[in-house]
Amino acid sequence: MSPSSRDPYALRWLLEPPADLRAQLKALRKDFESNPHVIRRLAGYSLDVSQLNQLGKTIAARRDDLAKAGLRPFRVAIAATHTADFLITALPGTGLRHGLLIDAFQADYGQTAQAVLDPASTLFEFEPDLVYLAFDPHALGLGSPRLDEGGGEEAVQSAIDYVTSLRDAIHTNSSAGVVLHSLPMEPAALFGNFDASQPGSVRWMIATFNARLAQNLKPGDVFLDLAALAEMVGLSAWHDAGRWHEGKVPFALDAVPLVADHLCRLFSAFRGLSRKCLVLDLDNTLWGGVIGDDGVEGIALGQGSGTGEAFAGIQSYAKQLRSRGIILAVCSKNEETNARIPFQSHDEMVLKESDVAVFVANWTDKASNLEYVAKALNIGTDSLVFLDDNPAERERVRQELPEVAVPEVGTDPAEYVGILSEAGYFEAIGFGAEDRNRAEMYQANAERVSAMQKIGNMDEYLRSLEMVCSMRPFNSLGRTRTAQLINKSNQFNLTTRRYSEAQVESFETNPAKFTLQVRLVDRFGDNGMISVLIFDRSADEWVCDTWLMSCRVLGRRVEEAVLAHVVDAAKADGAKRLIGEWLPSPKNGLVEKHFERLGFNFVADLPEGGTRWALDLEAYEKPALPMVVETTGAVAGSEA
Amino acid sequence: MARSEIETKVVDIMEDVFDEDDLEYSDSMTAADIEEWDSLSNIRFVVAIEKAFGVRFSNSEIADLENVGQMVDLIGSKID
Repeated sequence: MSPSSRDPYALRWLLEPPADLRAQLKALRKDFESNPHVIRRLAGYSLDVSQLNQLGKTIAARRDDLAKAGLRPFRVAIAATHTADFLITALPGTGLRHGLLIDAFQADYGQTAQAVLDPASTLFEFEPDLVYLAFDPHALGLGSPRLDEGGGEEAVQSAIDYVTSLRDAIHTNSSAGVVLHSLPMEPAALFGNFDASQPGSVRWMIATFNARLAQNLKPGDVFLDLAALAEMVGLSAWHDAGRWHEGKVPFALDAVPLVADHLCRLFSAFRGLSRKCLVLDLDNTLWGGVIGDDGVEGIALGQGSGTGEAFAGIQSYAKQLRSRGIILAVCSKNEETNARIPFQSHDEMVLKESDVAVFVANWTDKASNLEYVAKALNIGTDSLVFLDDNPAERERVRQELPEVAVPEVGTDPAEYVGILSEAGYFEAIGFGAEDRNRAEMYQANAERVSAMQKIGNMDEYLRSLEMVCSMRPFNSLGRTRTAQLINKSNQFNLTTRRYSEAQVESFETNPAKFTLQVRLVDRFGDNGMISVLIFDRSADEWVCDTWLMSCRVLGRRVEEAVLAHVVDAAKADGAKRLIGEWLPSPKNGLVEKHFERLGFNFVADLPEGGTRWALDLEAYEKPALPMVVETTGAVAGSEA
Repeated sequence: MARSEIETKVVDIMEDVFDEDDLEYSDSMTAADIEEWDSLSNIRFVVAIEKAFGVRFSNSEIADLENVGQMVDLIGSKID
């Protein structure tokens, strides 16, 4: 499709839905025997507002089945100064596309301030995970020009103060996160082109507001760049003046699925569910032509042709993603020696072999190879995005592994970067040193897998890693990462309790809590923070509230080192026992026997499922461990 | 486009927008006849019609409509 005929509202990385979508959705409402993943697959199509409405009804009818199938519940409240009903209707269906089971609540029309300032409001009764504060320029006093001296500045600052004070009220009254958004540019100019430089014009006020709001975000705020989205759509298609006047509909109805998708990818990032790895096909994806047939001289790549430059552009974008922590992998049907030739000897290759964490070139089917890639990186297949020019391969992977994201990229390599970016698979709500180094970390991990194959003996292998494990109480430096781990760890997570960044912060100074963040360095690199623990301390016993660990470091005996450290601290505090509980979730079967393995004694089955365990501190014997342990400030009592 | 063709297309759209099966077209059909037809789904309906027929309606044109038959006539007047 040429850009001029493109539907500006399209979710063009998704396939068009089947013609009998509505019939299928209706049937699924009544057929309780059917696999809930069928519903999830239908959510993966590009759906319009009416189709999202139909899907939402099916989700409501099958809510319990979907919850059992492992979808994450997510509660979102919208407090809007305009009609948000269409968004509310679209969210459950869109959420399903992102692995979320959404309950959406809308504050009464025009009651934004009341809803968030009153701690007893129905909005807080709803107990949202996130509150989306949705404004329009009129409600913020930015809808009409302020040409009086200093008036524009005053209007912008008072709008910023208003928005941030509502944000702060939400933090005071609840543990919910907040979604704030930039304002799309208004269509009507006052002077014309001069507006941009004239303080107090609506365009000047909106541009100034947007820039200032982005500077006033706090950690934990989620920012929806609605202005950028409106520009992508095109402002003339974004605004629908008739609908605004008729029903205070803030943007064209056709843009609702796109806005809902952007919100849901932010929710997903907030829950730590964004994708982690981009898996790249080679022939006609990273270069033009087939390396096995055309040879390194014959492939199209780099300067000299538009096609060659388009492929170099795809590589550059992949490299940029890597620089922000996205892991790159290769999955190609090729002889491996052929597949590697361009990486080794083509001058225009942007990507190098050292950028690729896992390189798979063989004749096995791609679904199996993608499973292998995920396994080598120790991540789920639901963390993968698979970029391939071949529609048959794409379709095959979608069928075999519906949880893998497979963008519909068409046939023009010049469009690939735009489509990949618009799909928003790698949405983030923060960026830190850990993210910057994550791709290297996973890559080093994949190399460890092969090191282990060579060494064979586990103890010998672990010693050869030269691990240094450091343990500290929670602190401001580690706070964002701690909250990330608490919200996204599923498998090695004894209780699956989720806490917001604000709650994590409050634990730092709470003397009733013993907190621990654990980091691990080895000879291949810094694994970063890999384990988080919270114990509730009382005179006789410490009760484990949270114990989670990144699966990247499974089998490294880190949990034993952590326990030894907790035992020391608890003893110093005068405690007699540690109490641990395993609360079952759809994903944490891995740690059912965790406390047993660590030498705890069984106490009881829990009434709601799960088990309770106790460790007698006097009887505990510290094992010899294949790592150096460093501690600072973690002795009981000293961190309070 | 013949009036009957417009009617068929409008019914298809209504089934999708209001999530109703096998609607029987009649000129006199109104919001009172369809469970899910309220002020919000009416906006979805109008937008879906505009998109399918490549037309635009003003708010006053929409406000004047009394039943589906008049909507079909209005579409017809715009695409001829």
